Amino acid sequence: MKKRIITAACLAFLFAHQSKAQNDSVYNNYKKQKLKIEEINFISSYYTQNGDNSAVTGGEGTEKLTDIATNFEVILSKKDKRNNIHSLDINVGIDSYTSASSDKIDPSSVTSASYQDIRIYPSANYSYANEEKKTVYNGGLSFSAEYDYFSIGANVGFTKTSKDNNREFSVRGMAFFDTWKVILPIELRNNPSNNDARNNDSKPRNSYNLGLTLSQVVNKNFQVALLADIGYQEGLLATKFNRVYFEDLSVRSEKLPSTRFKIPVGIRGNYYLNDKIVLRTFYRYYYDNWNINSHTVSFEPSYKLTEFSSIAIPYRFYHQSQAKYFDAKNQHQLTNEYYTSDYDLSKFSSNMIGLDYHIVDSNKGIFNIKRIHSLDLRYGYYSRNDGLSSHIITLALQFK
Amino acid sequence: MKFKILKNENKFNFLTLNKKLVVAIAILSLYACSSVKEYQKSKINDAEMVLTSKKTEKFENTFQLYREASSGANGGKTGGGCGCN
Repeated sequence: MKKRIITAACLAFLFAHQSKAQNDSVYNNYKKQKLKIEEINFISSYYTQNGDNSAVTGGEGTEKLTDIATNFEVILSKKDKRNNIHSLDINVGIDSYTSASSDKIDPSSVTSASYQDIRIYPSANYSYANEEKKTVYNGGLSFSAEYDYFSIGANVGFTKTSKDNNREFSVRGMAFFDTWKVILPIELRNNPSNNDARNNDSKPRNSYNLGLTLSQVVNKNFQVALLADIGYQEGLLATKFNRVYFEDLSVRSEKLPSTRFKIPVGIRGNYYLNDKIVLRTFYRYYYDNWNINSHTVSFEPSYKLTEFSSIAIPYRFYHQSQAKYFDAKNQHQLTNEYYTSDYDLSKFSSNMIGLDYHIVDSNKGIFNIKRIHSLDLRYGYYSRNDGLSSHIITLALQFK
Repeated sequence: MKFKILKNENKFNFLTLNKKLVVAIAILSLYACSSVKEYQKSKINDAEMVLTSKKTEKFENTFQLYREASSGANGGKTGGGCGCN
């Protein structure tokens, strides 16, 4: 009996020692890796809109706006001794826009066809993926700056994938700490209509968000994701240079509650119909405590032209009810505590239809440039039943 | 009049039942999934099958966030920046 115990102990020691030696050997053979560039993404879009319900002029007036947005993203990664993946995503975005309605804040200061501004928004995100445990931890910081607005954002997240890689659950928390400089309409600067903000005041606006996603492979052709994004905002939620005209024709700057609670839930389902056609679908229900309910449905059939290229026709329908604080020009009563004539908070329906082209070629590259791994070109036409319409065209290039 | 009230009550119950049914089907469908092996995932791993917004939808999602009162649950921007133009 004693012999057996001694033999078992020796075997256990040898096994443990050999296992450690093997691990040490693996670690000793590991060559320290440097961060390498996984991919570089360049996305640029041109957006133009027109409508006749500008909030700056109290719900009537031009909403003409153009925006050129460019985003540059570099994704770096490396594997450590234990084969875990460390990734760093660095992103810089620049928007340059002209807004005809912004001229109307102070019409006497108009010096060009329309008001111009630039927004810059850099961000950095780090993620750590444990291949063995099938978990990913991530966190990041973001900034956004424009003439009258500054925002700092932070986020943390966790993702867990099932052993068979068929189910994934992720949770993400985000917080944005914004400050904006109050700009009142010119006629109200020396005579503010309410005491929540004076011209040139700095006011906070904080947003907190909790996002939950559960995705599941249903079968060889179909997968779904359930999404929820609970949001809470506090601070100055009104846009103080928006005018509101009351039934007695007096004017005040927009006033809205200092808190807002939002609950959007969505479901996304993608179906591989056959070797030529993929169907992408999405539905979202949204509710907030300003009494806005909305439904969003989108459907995008994609057709494979060749093994490397596809064309898609995205369609999106959206409907929302109006916020309880909204009314049209000259309709608000003086007794109202909160008021806005911003038609983005009114009741409306919208349709969007477009065209999307995708080509990928990892062998020859796009345009025979080997570094360009893929190219995407997408156009969308958006139309709202209150008269607002817009066009957007986006180009995305991926370099590897 | 009594008949009308009953009719409305029935309608309300039907709607409540309908919502519960949708939630139940959504949850049950996740548990009714067949286990798909890695070698069977050539279609699931197709680039078009990704369960997030495409990169080219990034700016579309942003302008929709500004032009509409809703946000979130679509992989798009949920905060930061005023979007006041």
